[in-house]
Order: sequence, then structure tokens, then C-alpha cells
Amino acid sequence: MKILVAFKRVIDPDARIKLTADRSGVDTDSVEYKANPFCENALEEALQIAEEHDGEVVLVSAGGPDIDKTIRAGLALGAERAIRVEIEDTVLDSDLAARVFAAVYKEEEPDIFFFGKQAIDSDNNQCGQLVAEYLGLPQACFASEVVIDDDGEVATVTREVDGGLETIALTLPAVITADLRLNTPRFAKLPDIMKAGRKTIDVMDLDDLDIEDTALKIELVSLEEPSARQAGVKVGSIDELVDKLKNEARAL
Amino acid sequence: MSVTKLLLDESHVLLRKQCERFARAEIAPHATKWEEAGIFPRELYGKAAAAGLLGIGFDESVGGSGGGSLHLVVSIEGLMRGGSTGVAVGLWSLGIGLPPLVQSKDSFLTDTFVRPTLAGETIACLAITEPGTGSDVAGVRTRAVRDDATGDYIVNGAKLFITSGTRADVITTLCRTGDDPHGGLTFFVLTPDMNGVSVSRSLRKTGWCASDTAELAFDNVRVPATHRVGAEGSGFVTLMRNFQTERLALAAYGVATAELALEESLRYVRERSAFGRPIAKFQVTKHKLADMATKVEAAKCMTYQVAAAMDAGKYQGRDKALASAAASDAPSPAASVHSLRSSELNDARIDGVRPPQPATAPRSPRATPTPNLGLVKEVSMAKNFAAEVAVSVCYDAVQLHGGMGYMRETLVERLSRDARLLPIGGGTQEVMKEIIAKQLGL
Ligand SMILES: Cc1cc2nc3c(=O)[nH]c(=O)nc-3n(C[C@H](O)[C@H](O)[C@H](O)COP(=O)(O)OP(=O)(O)OC[C@H]3O[C@@H](n4cnc5c(N)ncnc54)[C@H](O)[C@@H]3O)c2cc1C
Ligand SMILES: Cc1cc2nc3c(=O)[nH]c(=O)nc-3n(C[C@H](O)[C@H](O)[C@H](O)COP(=O)(O)OP(=O)(O)OC[C@H]3O[C@@H](n4cnc5c(N)ncnc54)[C@H](O)[C@@H]3O)c2cc1C
Repeated sequence: MKILVAFKRVIDPDARIKLTADRSGVDTDSVEYKANPFCENALEEALQIAEEHDGEVVLVSAGGPDIDKTIRAGLALGAERAIRVEIEDTVLDSDLAARVFAAVYKEEEPDIFFFGKQAIDSDNNQCGQLVAEYLGLPQACFASEVVIDDDGEVATVTREVDGGLETIALTLPAVITADLRLNTPRFAKLPDIMKAGRKTIDVMDLDDLDIEDTALKIELVSLEEPSARQAGVKVGSIDELVDKLKNEARAL
Repeated sequence: MSVTKLLLDESHVLLRKQCERFARAEIAPHATKWEEAGIFPRELYGKAAAAGLLGIGFDESVGGSGGGSLHLVVSIEGLMRGGSTGVAVGLWSLGIGLPPLVQSKDSFLTDTFVRPTLAGETIACLAITEPGTGSDVAGVRTRAVRDDATGDYIVNGAKLFITSGTRADVITTLCRTGDDPHGGLTFFVLTPDMNGVSVSRSLRKTGWCASDTAELAFDNVRVPATHRVGAEGSGFVTLMRNFQTERLALAAYGVATAELALEESLRYVRERSAFGRPIAKFQVTKHKLADMATKVEAAKCMTYQVAAAMDAGKYQGRDKALASAAASDAPSPAASVHSLRSSELNDARIDGVRPPQPATAPRSPRATPTPNLGLVKEVSMAKNFAAEVAVSVCYDAVQLHGGMGYMRETLVERLSRDARLLPIGGGTQEVMKEIIAKQLGL
């Protein structure tokens, strides 16, 4: 069984970020990066499935050479190799990323293509769905449990939906996107970290993948910093709190 | 951003993040409770082992995770993000308890004690200090006498201030097997199930509160010869080597402690207002923080540099250097164990009071057998410097927190208590200075 995992680099959510002077993006001069947490859940699930079904886990990411560090972190967790599609961060939106991933899928022909349900930087929640659409594959988004049958042909996925949990069965190959509650990602151990340095990251570009439509479907107009948080108030009693919630905040 | 980043490769960066993640998930939420309880759950050893954190710096052939001194340093920094030195040092007592066993290359000791401890199944400690002697290691009086009839050793004595000692399964104990102050010392592995081994006290402390600290008593304990670590008389040299790692680690605790206190202070001064503005706006506050940050950076540079230098000469290289020094230096095979080098004599937690000996002094059996460890001076300097920085930065951090800095609920309060041990444990500030002075030819 072969499992492809989309693995995105994002700015460390704990880092304090600033916008560039022209507000076209985030000032990346001194920010720290890490892997998108949902992608880490996707990778963990892929690794567990691969361990049970004797499979191979391959990472795929799109970006410049500076994302290799994040990719190596994923290799240190146990993925066997990685594919990086050379592209500038600034000319990438969910749709182009999805076209890239769909093209990589065709090269690799995995049984499962795992994604995080969304990336915590742009919060678009689109990539997995678009890839499934472009490839005509069954999809299960927001997975909180994934079970693969013994023959490796059917995935039974529990999804977190508004009303509760929904369980669906997919015929593989399929696209699955991971929710945080799917699992707890493992720790990378030092020997594996050392080994990760020697694993291959194959680099491809858009030409290699024959991607014709490279147009961005989203135009970034401008970025604003959130307004500073207003000072709170202390209430004297529960009655006062209820009163304020009712009459001032109109939340009740 | 610190220039020390330049010394790190991807493996250090990743490892540090892993340790930090473990500390935030598994230590930080419980740190206060464990500090108050004076101990942390035994299961944490298993969890840390499963996350690959216990074996750093230990060869994979003995069940470790590999890596070098700089990996150890960053892993300590990562673990300290849990906010409890006690937990960090408690988890790491194996870092001083196991190396003597590993050095002996004794497969029985490795399989019986090293592997299970690195797997988080058993706890190891190092027992050197005694009620009657600390700095002066050659004053160790716990005696191991061979019973010629059985080949066993009978151990009598007591050990004091032993980290993880109340529940250690592996007690790496320095004993006296002969009269020579240095050449008469030998390590043995004692276990708590042996008749006559008892924890006489669990000690209450100023800091490092989440780690248990014990007084141990040994009353006619029968120890099989298989539990002897290396040859009789090899204890002192083994201990000297062990001190190098222990002191580097203590420097790392110092750096981590100071850095945490600095960060807490930077946050607090922005939030806290007096006289109508954040206290960060006062020039004295800014200058104090500038000094604190400068000290942290300096201590970090020194510690990282020394660790990187240790790694450059090894990993096995340090032992190879030792062996070749011994080959060229030592007149007899017996001396190669000690690899005598008079110019570096009198390392100490130990024998700071011994007169220095000329480099060409003939070696008598009674000469102090101090190995050529390399970097002894630098490690001692880093330990002292980082320890002093930790104490002084924590003092200033408490000051900046005003009354809050004196409250148990603030991290800087805990750090300031934890920091105080750093110039004492693993060789006092004065003993470090003795070593440095000797290396300066004084
Ligand atoms: C929390 C804690 C944990 C510890 N964990 C362990 C452990 O796990 N295993 C272990 O074996 N030990 C442990 N120790 C013991 C520790 O290593 C010793 O406390 C330390 O080495 C100092 O020894 P001492 O306490 O006997 O002080 P002493 O040796 O009695 O020193 C008292 C004072 O005299 C000074 N002094 C001594 N000799 C000289 C000299 N030649 N020149 C100038 N000044 C000198 C010292 O610097 C010090 O200021 C621990 C201690 C503490 C507090
Ligand atoms: C155990 C204990 C007992 C106490 N008992 C009492 C009591 O009985 N009654 C009582 O009323 N209070 C009491 N206090 C409070 C104590 O007096 C205050 O903690 C102290 O005055 C400092 O005030 P603060 O804690 O608000 O610190 P802050 O005023 O917030 O000071 C924080 C830091 O900012 C610095 N700072 C503030 N202003 C300036 C400035 N203009 N320029 C430069 N630096 C500045 C301070 O020096 C300090 O380093 C007690 C405190 C403790 C810890």
C-alpha cells in the first residue's frame, strides 16, 4: 500500500507576526516555521496505516528549497521519501496547489492521498476537496477515525460533522483529510532525525508535471492586522453577567 | 535569535522542538503539582523514553538514541520548557548514573541496567556524595570489601543528596576498595532489593523540588562481583570522565533557566504598569533586561561552543584521544587505564587541595590518576559561568516582577530557587575555580 501525504509548511502559530510595510504579506524575515498541525495528523495516520498494512508513506509539498527543513521533519517521523514541487510561495493558491497535487498523484498512483483538513495559515479548507474533484476520487473530509480493511481496498472513515459523527465507506484509492482529533502525532527520535537527513527529496517543477493551468484563482487584495483587543470588564455577580449578556452583548 | 544558531544543524533544531513539545504536553500542565508533591509520576520515564528523549548522547549499541554533546544541550533546553528543573534533572539522573556502566563496556551491566533504564523501565542514579564528604571525592568512605570465599563484595556506608535516590532501581555507587585516595575507588551497581540497602531519608529542598533527593544507607550489603563496574581502582578516572558530561549538562540547565527567566521578564514588564505606564518604558528596566539578555547570550555561546568542541573531538574520538594519550604517555598497561597526565592532575570535585605536580613528575602508584579529558578547563568555565548567569538573571527577573516575583505562582520565583543549586551541584563554584586555576598553571 502506498500513501501520499500533503505536508505544508506554515508560519509557527506561536510566533508573533508582522505585516510587510505594503501589507501584501507577512514579514518573513525572522519568523519560525513548522509543519501545518493538520498535516501532522495526516502523516501520523498514514504512518499507522503503513505500519499495519506494510505500506510506504511519501510526502509531497510545494515550495522553494527553504521548505526542505519542514519536509525533513516529516521524514524524521517516518515517511520514506518526499517530493517537493518547486514553486514560489507567493504564486500559490489552493487551486494551483490542488492541480500540483493531482499531477503528483498521477505520477505516484497511491492508494490513499492524505491531507490536513485545512492549513492554519490561510485556513482555506479546499485542497483535499479540489484534488478529489480533479481526479474523480471518493473523498472523506474532517476524518476523526480511519479504518482500512484487511485487503486494503476500503476505508471506513468517521467524520466530524455539525450534527455529530458520520461514518462512510470509501473504495480506495481515495482522498482523506485529517482533523486534529484523528490521532496524536508521534515524537521524532534522534536516530530517525539523523536518518531523515539522508532520505531523498525529489524535486519536480510545473513543467515536469505538465501542469498547463497555472493561473491563480484567488487575488490577494490586502492584509489587515486584527484590531487590538479591548479591555474587559469585571462583573460583580452572576446576575450582572446574565444581564450584560442579555442586554449589552445580546448573546442570550 | 542567538548567534548560537550557527552551531546547530537540522538535527539539533528538530530534536530541540521534539523535547520542547514533550515538555509542553507532558510536563508543563503538571509542573506545579509535582513541585509541591516533591516527586513526579514514575510513568513519565516511560513516556520520555517512548518519545526518544532518555537516550540522547548514549550510543545506539547500548539502547541509546545516539547524538553528541550539543544534542544533549539542546534536549535539556527543550525539556526545561516544562518549567520545572526538578522534573528535568529527575528524568536525567540516568545521564550521570549510566555512563560509568557504559564506559566499562561490560555486557552484563549494559543488558541488566543500561538498556532497561534507557527504555524508561528502570531509574538510575549516581551516588558519590556522602555525609562526610562532597567536594573531596577522595574522601569517600563507603567501603566495599571483597569476601574471598564467594568473590562478592560487602558494602558499608552512606550516601547523601542522591538525585532520584528514593526510587532508583540502579544505584551507581562509588566505593572505597583500597587505601589510595584516588586509585582505591571503584564503582558498584547496588540495587534497592539487596539486603541492607535502605533509603534513610527523602530530603526537603530549596529548589529542584519535583526531583526526589535521598540519603541512602548501606549496611553489610552483599554485592556480586558482576556488579563491579570496571577494574578495581578504576572509579576515579571513570568519575572524572563522567563529570565532563554532568558539568556540561549543568551549564545547559543554567542557560535554559536564565533564558526562561529572561523571557518571563520580557513578557511581564510589558504587561505590568506603574506610574501610568508599562514598567518596560523605564530606562532602568530596559537596561536591566539588556544586561540580562547579554549574559544569557554569553552563557549560551560558551556552553554551545564547548559542546561543539567536545563533539568535534569525538563521538568515540574522545576515547580514542584518551587511548592514544595513554599509549604515548603511560609506561605500563595498567597505567593506560588511568592515562596519566600530570599537567592535568588534580581534577576535583575532589582534590583541589593537593599540591600541583610538575609535568615531568615520575608517576608513582600514589600519583593522582587523572585522565587527559581535554576541555576540562572549558567545561569547568562554562559550568561556572552559566551557573552564575542563571543565579544573577533569576535575581533580576524576580526583582522586575516586584512582589509577584516572590510568589510561588510565578515561574521566576521557582527558577530563582532552582538556579541556586547550579553553583553547588556537580562540583562547587570554588572547586571549578581550583580546576581552572590549575589548568592555568597555578
Ligand atoms: C539537590 C542536590 C542534588 C544532588 N544530587 C547528587 C547526586 O545525584 N549524586 C551525588 O553524588 N551528589 C549529589 N549532590 C551533591 C553535590 O554534588 C554536592 O553537594 C556538591 O558536590 C558539594 O559537596 P558538599 O555539599 O559536600 O559541600 P562541601 O564539599 O562540604 O563544600 C562546602 C563549601 O566548601 C567549599 N570548598 C570545598 N573544598 C574547597 C576547596 N578545596 N577550596 C575552596 N573551597 C572549597 C565548597 O566550594 C563549598 O562552598 C546533590 C546535591 C544537591 C543539593
Ligand atoms: C511577602 C510580601 C508581603 C507584603 N506585605 C505587604 C503589606 O503588608 N502591605 C502592603 O501594602 N503591601 C505589601 N506587600 C507589597 C509590596 O510592598 C510590593 O510588592 C512592593 O512595593 C512592590 O510593588 P509591586 O509588587 O506592585 O511591584 P511593581 O510596582 O509592579 O514593580 C515591578 C518592577 O518595576 C519597577 N518599577 C516600578 N516603578 C518604577 C519606576 N518608576 N522606575 C523604575 N522601576 C520601577 C520595580 O522596582 C519592580 O522592579 C508585600 C509583598 C510581599 C511580596
